[in-house]
Amino acid sequence: MMREQLEDLRTRVLAELEQVDSLSALEDLRVKYIGKKGELTEILKGMGKLSPEERPVIGQLANEIRQKLEQELEQKKDALEKAQLEARLQEETIDVTLPGRPVATASRHPLTQVIEEVEDIFIGLGFEVAEGPEVETDYYNFEALNLPKNHPARDMQDSFYITEEILMRTHTSPVQARTMERKEGKVPVKIICPGKVYRRDDDDATHSHQFTQIEGLMIDEGIRMSDLKGILLTFAKEMFGPDQKIRLRPSFFPFTEPSVEVDISCVMCGGEGCRTCKQTGWIEILGAGMVHPRVLEMSGYDPKRYTGFAFGMGPDRIAMLKFGIDDIRHFYTNDLRFLEQFNRL
Amino acid sequence: MRVSYKWLSEYIDLSGVTPEELAEKITRSGIEVDVVEPRNRGVTNTVVGYVESKEKHPDADKLNVCTVDVGETEKLQIVCGAPNVDAGQKVPVALVGAKLPGGLKIKKAKLRGVESRGMICSAKELGINDKLLPKEQQDGIMVLPDSWQIGEDVIPLLGLDDVVLELDLTPNRSDCLSMMGVAYEVAAILGREVREPDLTVTEQGDEIDPKVSVRIDAPDHCYRYSARLIENVTLGPSPMWMQNRLIAAGIRPINNVVDITNYVMLEQGQPLHAFDYEAVFGGNIVVRLAQEGETIVTLDDVERTLDPEMLLITDGDKPIGIAGVMGGANSEVTENTRTILLESAHFAGASIRKTSRKLGLRSEASLRFEKDVDPEGVMRALERATQLMVELAGGKVAKGISESVLRGQEPAVVELNLNRLNKFLGMTLSRDTVADILRRLNFDFEETGDQEGTVFQVKVPTRRQDIRLEEDLFEEVARLYGYDEIPTTLPVTVTTPGSLTREQYLRRQVRRILNSMGMKEAMTYTFTSPSMADDVESVFGNLENSDYQPIPLAMPMSEERSVLRVNLLPHLMETAAYNRNRRLEDVAVFEVGNIFLSEEKQLTSLPEERLVLGGLLTGHWVGDHWLQNRQPVDFYLTRGILDALFERLNVDEISYRPVSGLKGMHPGRTADIYVAQERIGYVGQLHPEVQKKYDLGETYVFQLELEKLFARVKDYEMYRPLPRFPAINRDLAVVVDGDLAHADLQAKIREAGGKWLESVHLFDVYSGEGIEEGKKSMAFSLVYRDPEKTLTDEEVNEVHDGVVRVLEEAFGARLR
Repeated sequence: MMREQLEDLRTRVLAELEQVDSLSALEDLRVKYIGKKGELTEILKGMGKLSPEERPVIGQLANEIRQKLEQELEQKKDALEKAQLEARLQEETIDVTLPGRPVATASRHPLTQVIEEVEDIFIGLGFEVAEGPEVETDYYNFEALNLPKNHPARDMQDSFYITEEILMRTHTSPVQARTMERKEGKVPVKIICPGKVYRRDDDDATHSHQFTQIEGLMIDEGIRMSDLKGILLTFAKEMFGPDQKIRLRPSFFPFTEPSVEVDISCVMCGGEGCRTCKQTGWIEILGAGMVHPRVLEMSGYDPKRYTGFAFGMGPDRIAMLKFGIDDIRHFYTNDLRFLEQFNRL
Repeated sequence: MRVSYKWLSEYIDLSGVTPEELAEKITRSGIEVDVVEPRNRGVTNTVVGYVESKEKHPDADKLNVCTVDVGETEKLQIVCGAPNVDAGQKVPVALVGAKLPGGLKIKKAKLRGVESRGMICSAKELGINDKLLPKEQQDGIMVLPDSWQIGEDVIPLLGLDDVVLELDLTPNRSDCLSMMGVAYEVAAILGREVREPDLTVTEQGDEIDPKVSVRIDAPDHCYRYSARLIENVTLGPSPMWMQNRLIAAGIRPINNVVDITNYVMLEQGQPLHAFDYEAVFGGNIVVRLAQEGETIVTLDDVERTLDPEMLLITDGDKPIGIAGVMGGANSEVTENTRTILLESAHFAGASIRKTSRKLGLRSEASLRFEKDVDPEGVMRALERATQLMVELAGGKVAKGISESVLRGQEPAVVELNLNRLNKFLGMTLSRDTVADILRRLNFDFEETGDQEGTVFQVKVPTRRQDIRLEEDLFEEVARLYGYDEIPTTLPVTVTTPGSLTREQYLRRQVRRILNSMGMKEAMTYTFTSPSMADDVESVFGNLENSDYQPIPLAMPMSEERSVLRVNLLPHLMETAAYNRNRRLEDVAVFEVGNIFLSEEKQLTSLPEERLVLGGLLTGHWVGDHWLQNRQPVDFYLTRGILDALFERLNVDEISYRPVSGLKGMHPGRTADIYVAQERIGYVGQLHPEVQKKYDLGETYVFQLELEKLFARVKDYEMYRPLPRFPAINRDLAVVVDGDLAHADLQAKIREAGGKWLESVHLFDVYSGEGIEEGKKSMAFSLVYRDPEKTLTDEEVNEVHDGVVRVLEEAFGARLR
């Protein structure tokens, strides 16, 4: 009799379990049949009426059924939970192709980027960054650089004067003279001098009355022209790529002797010849030379003992070449559509 | 300098070197050749024709029908529209099948019904710069010399079978402002000989003395003045070969005498001047400085007012020329001139330069004189020109030269030490190599040698005024040997650490920090307009309440860019307006740059350059986005950016103090920024009127003095141990007067909170329903902690109640 009850219970539970589709229904089922006050417990209350022989047999059967049911319920629970999780994930699915929330970002000015890059290359070569005033004396801007008053070369860079003796610097070279003076004859001098400079030019696509320049200077005993070539080649490779070559062409600056213009392989065509380099394969990026003995002398260095080289380059031109910018005025107009194109750190 | 290839080859053998090759070689060894320009711009099949007859075109007023002999059996009928065409002329005729510059092809044609076979050409049609031709040649067809053979090809006759090399000379190479100078340069490059022209003069006239006398009264301005007298000259056009060369060089032929002076100047580099002897009173030449206010009418018919620094050529009575710049109209050579007083002089370069500058008058002569010509050129040029006047103007030369020579110049001797040369260049050039280069340069030298090595004593010719130092010779050797041959080495010196200064490093940090928060870096001009300089308060104050004035440029290029900026903001405001005009309305930019301050009206010392950070935000911060609405920029965003900047730079003790009197700023929305007790700048909204002036919407700006800020940056800080005891949090909401400043309330809380109060954080400000009119509720979250022990509730309550009491007493605050 009890055996039948138990068997019947098992059959019913298993049948009902099939129908269960939620965790709460499952729990209800568990409480109803195998909970503390469930049907199974109720059935087993009748154990006392059984004969001593029957009791262990029925007891064992009851245990087997309980275990079996618990196991089945547990499995059902796992399955339900899994289904529920999947449903939730399904529900939580979003369109990952929608745009992200805006996080503010912006960039340094392209000229700042070039200047800092050049600074970092030369810092790596042991140079210090030296700076000086943008409003200069005629002495530092010209005379200390071997450009006495009435020197024909003053024509080359018509200047913005404020008084007869004070002007907007036309190059960052006066920082050389100032630094040498400050160093009082000590060597080595290894500096680069970035900054703004000013010349009387009408603003157009390739001219600007204000632009930037980076000047370099190295003075020590035994500095050779071949060292100038070596340093500039190193710079060109760092700045424009490891395959760069450089070429020196004779030129003239009052503060260097000899003076050279320095070409690098064209950054556009790699030296094959294109419009940018006017089919020559070379583009001019800086002027350089060995420091003129009179410049050394005027700043307190004995030219018989010390030699040195100096070079100057224009970040505006470098940035134009490097980024393919066609109009120098963009740098100073600050059109956001221009500035945004340099969003890198 | 425009160098004719054909002319040059008269002084040096150029065989085997094309003009293009020559240009490349010249460029690579020191003088940039800008352009290689064929004089023939595309003329073919054009010959000398003879106009036998000219008749009016039957159907066209302005056309003539010409019969032209071009050396063929058949005469050509050519219709010509030029007013100056006439029978008996020799003219250039482009034959049928000829090509002319600009792609024009000559075909058999009918013009208003009349057949025309060929074209009679103007100079312009032949590609000749007609500005360089006499007026009568510009207006119509070119009339050729009678002596030219009918049917001959005009291309060589007009010198069009030539190529011009345009040299871009650096100021040190004024020796190459002459064909001879270029010849010496090319000789050095090619290793060939220079052929100097013959300078023999045959004197046939009387003694020059006493017909001419020369006196120099300004010995610092004129070192030498030499003159010859050429009588019986016949004025007329110079020969075509000479005209062709002048045109190739860019100089307009005038007449034989003037052309000769120009020709010799181009050849020798020494400017000359020809006076009409009859106009020179008594044949006296007196070289002296002008008197203040003295005037002279120059050859260009302009009256020039002179000053006592300007050098004049006079006849003892009146000025007849501005020395080295331009002759006077009163002594000009005209078609009636019969006797020429020919000047060849050596003037001080600086003097000529100054005069030419002051007068704004530049000539081929002044261009050369101001760069210190070869003093030995005086005689060469005088003799060469005299010789040509005999040859081409039929003159008779008076015996002797009248001259005054105050200062001569010996060739400079410069030592070239072979060891030093090699050490300087980083090379190992041999004695022979260097000697060969010196020879190619035509520099005489003596060699002295000792154990130390070879030393060359180099005698530098006077034509090379740019070589005075050993390094100048190093350059000559290096450039002619080739810079490509110099090896690449790295300096052998002590190792130095490269670095940025603290300020340079911090400047970079400021840029990066602001970038990271979405502000773009701008770069604007230093020059600005006086009216804009002070539209808005600068960091130091404004121009009205300070002794500063914007520093003006002496000669600005425009009013817009006439003074140095005293303020970073106006140009940032302009930047914002520029972008707004292009519908880029959301602008967040900053600039790091100098402002220029001086209290002097006329600068006697350099102005102060103050490094300033300026920033501007306008429009929206977060643009349209599907998740959030556009957020207009406001004061608290701007301040938030600054707060973050200060935090990241590690600057403490920042306070914002309301300020209402700043020029151009909103009186209720501006704060001075202090670090401890020092003001370092301000932040706030632009005054609505300023916004309107710049056509901007609500705009927030800030300016900081970076040096002051950087002085407050703590470079690093010691680590603080993590707290070992728990904190206790208490919230505090009080109702206070509506205009009570948060800063004051917060300061009071901190003061009353004592040493246990770790932090105070405002989390709500509210006014409106439930709060009485004119009041507001402010809610703070307070954190109490004792680093030494765990605080009990009772301990915290006591302190916290104290805080409430203090606020009640100080501000009449009421707990909410």
